[in-house]
Amino acid sequence: MLHIVNKSPLERSSLDSVLQTGADGAILLIEDGVYAVTKGNAAEPKLKAAMGKFKFYALTPDVDARGIADRVMDGVTLVDYAGFVDLVAENKTCQSWL
Amino acid sequence: MTTKKFMFVNRKAPYGTIYALESLEVVLIGAAFEQDVSLAFMDDGVYQLKKGNQTKGIEMKNFQPTYRALEDYDVTKLYVDQESLTARGLTADDMSVPVEVMSRAEIGKIMEEQDVLLSF
Repeated sequence: MLHIVNKSPLERSSLDSVLQTGADGAILLIEDGVYAVTKGNAAEPKLKAAMGKFKFYALTPDVDARGIADRVMDGVTLVDYAGFVDLVAENKTCQSWL
Repeated sequence: MTTKKFMFVNRKAPYGTIYALESLEVVLIGAAFEQDVSLAFMDDGVYQLKKGNQTKGIEMKNFQPTYRALEDYDVTKLYVDQESLTARGLTADDMSVPVEVMSRAEIGKIMEEQDVLLSF
């Protein structure tokens, strides 16, 4: 399953909910969700711990807009809008954790 | 006209919601009326000042340069919460404009001195 998260991990609990609910699959971070994959942020340990279970992706245009392209954690794959579409197509189901 | 102390409290990241841009618009209005304006950035609001925004890909206006223009309106009191920076892996060097980094408690004291607080 593809999980899509668009909320900042330090403001909302969306990402926590995914990590606690989902068993495996892919997590795509978009909009304010991309702050979760920045080095040194308070959610980093949780994300690192979940990397064995989930594959993490972040949307490049949202990363660039926020000026954090040079801060993206290792192990996170950056995708553009076409890559977003590919992820949706590749996964049997997807869920947006609004 | 009496001058009042206005503080704008910014706690939201830019672009994901409209709060950051709307706050800036109101700040400029307040400054045009020659009020004593200050801005506080805390929680995700510190992300508003993270340098290097490139918004072409999301087709939204990059309003980061507007923060640099605040100085021209005599808005120079920009306070940034240290704890919020640390929790986000950021430092004062990441800020796109000159700011005063201080503790949450110090910002709280400055809030107490205000006549009007506007929260975004």
